Amino acid sequence: MMSFISYFINGLSLGSVYAIIALGYTMVYGIAKMLNFAHGDVIMIGGYMVFTVVSTMGLGPVAGVLLAVILCTVLGVVIEGVAYRPLRMASPLAVLITAIGVSYLLQNIALLVFGSNPKSFTSVVTIPALKLANGKLTISGETIVTIISCVVIMICLTTFIKKTKAGQAMLAVSEDKGAAQLMGINVDGTIALTFAIGSALAAVAGALLCSAYPTLTPYTGSMPGIKAFVAAVFGGIGSIPGALIGGLLLGIIENLSKAYISSQLSDAIVFGVLIVVLLVKPTGILGKKISEKV
Amino acid sequence: MALLEIKNLGISFGGLRAVDNFSITIEKGQLYGLIGPNGAGKTTMFNLLTGVYKPSAGTILLDGDNITGKKTKDINNAGIARTFQNIRLFKELTVLDNVKTGLHNRYSYSTLTGILRLPKYYKVEKEMDEKAIELLKVFDLDKEKDLLASNLPYGKQRKLEIARALATGPKLLLLDEPAAGMNPNETTELMDTIRFVRDNFEMTILLIEHDMKLVSGICEKLTVLNFGQVLIQGNTADVLNDPEVIKAYLGE
Amino acid sequence: MEKSNKTNFHLSKTLKSNLITYGIVIAAFLIVQLLINAGQVSSLMKGLLVPLCIYTILAVSLNLTVGILGELSLGHAAFMCVGAFSSSLFSISMLEAIPNSGFRFFLAILIGAAAAAVAGIIIGIPVLRLRGDYLAIVTLAFGEIIKNVVNVIFIGKDSNGLHFSMKNAMALNMEKDGKMILNGAQGITGTPKDSTFFIGVLLILVTLFIVLNLIHSRSGRAIMSVRDNRIAAESIGINITKYKLMAFTISASLAGVAGVLYSHNLSSLTATQKNFGYNQSIMILVFVVLGGIGNIRGSIIAAITLTLLPELLRGLNTYRMLIYALILIFMMIFNWSPKLIDLRKRFFHKNKAEREKV
Repeated sequence: MMSFISYFINGLSLGSVYAIIALGYTMVYGIAKMLNFAHGDVIMIGGYMVFTVVSTMGLGPVAGVLLAVILCTVLGVVIEGVAYRPLRMASPLAVLITAIGVSYLLQNIALLVFGSNPKSFTSVVTIPALKLANGKLTISGETIVTIISCVVIMICLTTFIKKTKAGQAMLAVSEDKGAAQLMGINVDGTIALTFAIGSALAAVAGALLCSAYPTLTPYTGSMPGIKAFVAAVFGGIGSIPGALIGGLLLGIIENLSKAYISSQLSDAIVFGVLIVVLLVKPTGILGKKISEKV
Repeated sequence: MALLEIKNLGISFGGLRAVDNFSITIEKGQLYGLIGPNGAGKTTMFNLLTGVYKPSAGTILLDGDNITGKKTKDINNAGIARTFQNIRLFKELTVLDNVKTGLHNRYSYSTLTGILRLPKYYKVEKEMDEKAIELLKVFDLDKEKDLLASNLPYGKQRKLEIARALATGPKLLLLDEPAAGMNPNETTELMDTIRFVRDNFEMTILLIEHDMKLVSGICEKLTVLNFGQVLIQGNTADVLNDPEVIKAYLGE
Repeated sequence: MEKSNKTNFHLSKTLKSNLITYGIVIAAFLIVQLLINAGQVSSLMKGLLVPLCIYTILAVSLNLTVGILGELSLGHAAFMCVGAFSSSLFSISMLEAIPNSGFRFFLAILIGAAAAAVAGIIIGIPVLRLRGDYLAIVTLAFGEIIKNVVNVIFIGKDSNGLHFSMKNAMALNMEKDGKMILNGAQGITGTPKDSTFFIGVLLILVTLFIVLNLIHSRSGRAIMSVRDNRIAAESIGINITKYKLMAFTISASLAGVAGVLYSHNLSSLTATQKNFGYNQSIMILVFVVLGGIGNIRGSIIAAITLTLLPELLRGLNTYRMLIYALILIFMMIFNWSPKLIDLRKRFFHKNKAEREKV
């Protein structure tokens, strides 16, 4: 029983990271109607930035995370402006291929700069592990910080979208770009802001992910990135609570299947869940139905 | 027996009755017009007729067969072909291939025959080419047959769409704003073509149009839709002079 | 009379273009053979000949899905994986039963193609209901599932016949004379090395024959009509599901053939991220995009160039993937950016006007 609870909590923690990453996917998909395949690699860049600042430059973890957030935000805006903005009218296939190109570009830049050897990441979390039930159940500091960060981010983001002008503009652009433009909303600016927020969150996710799984390679971001997209689809793409639910469920499913079924098959199970969800309810748990106009 | 008989057709989107209690009877060989202000539900009617939307009430009989709720491709096989308000051609195919795709279900050989280039492939392809060119000639498009559809000028794209619809060998042809975006000369020419199609192909045609010159020039009967409901039905001249219709179009 | 002449001209135009495509492949083969006979080909280059054929088949077959059907598949390598493993299993178990290596390899190719086609149908039926990005990500998911599942399958053979397990080698409970055929993540060892450059080129020609003839046929038009406008295709009575599945399955099956070539070119076969993962699928996609989406001849040229180039320019190898990534992004922006389209149009018209003046 204790081991189940432990697996469950670890799943919750992994799921929280997925949820934070999934937010980036879901917001960008909601507003720009594109799958930002490179989002996972922004996580990896965030991870390397924290690594450089903390391990090479010897600054504190807070400075590391902060600088990573700044770098990734700039990176996100640059990617959007240079690679995606010219393709706003292009076919979805072209946009997706471009995003794949950006993903490869980031991976290979990291490969050239940092090499292919894995770097061992120093955790950004300094709080000690929590021991419960007479030491039978240990919850690591990383787990606690990850789950708390996820909750805080969700609350902040929801408030931002509901209460601020920029948040409302985001909603408007995701509903109808043309109409939003006519209402005087700066569509390009709003899309850039969405990428900025998504990428900043990716940096946070990168720091948390690498703290929990402390090996860092240029490919660290791609699999969690894809899984987080699965989480976003699972919860209903475009929906912020959907990203949270999808992320948490996916993390729990992954960890439990690792523990009880097969560690080699856990990825297959995660993807299997995605396929089942898309076939049963193509718009995900909280997604809206989209119909094509004839 | 009427060719098309629609009884009490209805559909709603999220509580809004887009089309309500719609009935119409079209005789074989008629040139019928469906008019009404923007948003009256005309294109929705076409989408219901062609199975793009499933009606929530009512029945559609084509030549006595109940086709209500059938799939789009089955409705086409049953004998309804259409064009679209926003032109939907196969842009990366040639003009000829667009029409040949329309002939898909009337000329057949298996995929394997095609891959292995068996004699039947050459025979059927030749027949398809001849039939397609015959159709293209009707619309004066035969000289452009090797152009990509997307390279045709706008007016010819509309004509090609009609040719492609006719290629499926329908009993009923639905034209959604065939004259949209055409200049008066092109419209006059289009009117002749539509009449020609009706007479030479023994076609029944139902068309949506805003251009009153075209409507009054070629339609024998009209139905006016307003807010998803039939405002009035009858002979073209009577309908166009009806005070209710004038009010619906011009407002108070 | 004039009409039928024109029709013949139309047919011969596509025929001419197809003949050029076949001609390129045959010419390339003859040149390489001449160079080999003259002793001008290094052993490193000789080792690249079969992979060249594999990549060419993969690129042409993926172009059928991406360019002709218009759906983005990110799981193409998985079909190659299915073809590779199924055919290797066949060849190893039939090593004694069919001593004639040529005939055995011929059967292995058919088995690989059939197994990949079955995988294509099983995956295609659910996946092709989805659209665009969703379809892409689900093909990726299926690809990863296939790769992961292959890694946990154990098959052994002893005097009692075949044994199968998804746990480990012990669970097979084999007799003492038992021999492992497929050993989980360690894969298959001992596949006969039947792949040759000649057979590879032959298979490229067969692939081209199937794909090109399919495109210029009734079914091909139906497939392309679904790509160009799904709603219009439905409205003229095209069975969308049927033609989508047809294109997807043929594409998968041809990728399976590439897999057979792959597995019969190596003594040991494992399923890794590098050979059957989505990175490989994306690699194939790069060939297709660079050669021109929907352009079959382009796929061949791109696959050959991009496989040879990094080997010829060894120094560039570190930057190879970086350059590919930039090519992908650049190609898309070049083809789709409204500003660049304008620029191109203006440039083109200027040229045309100048030519007409002269």
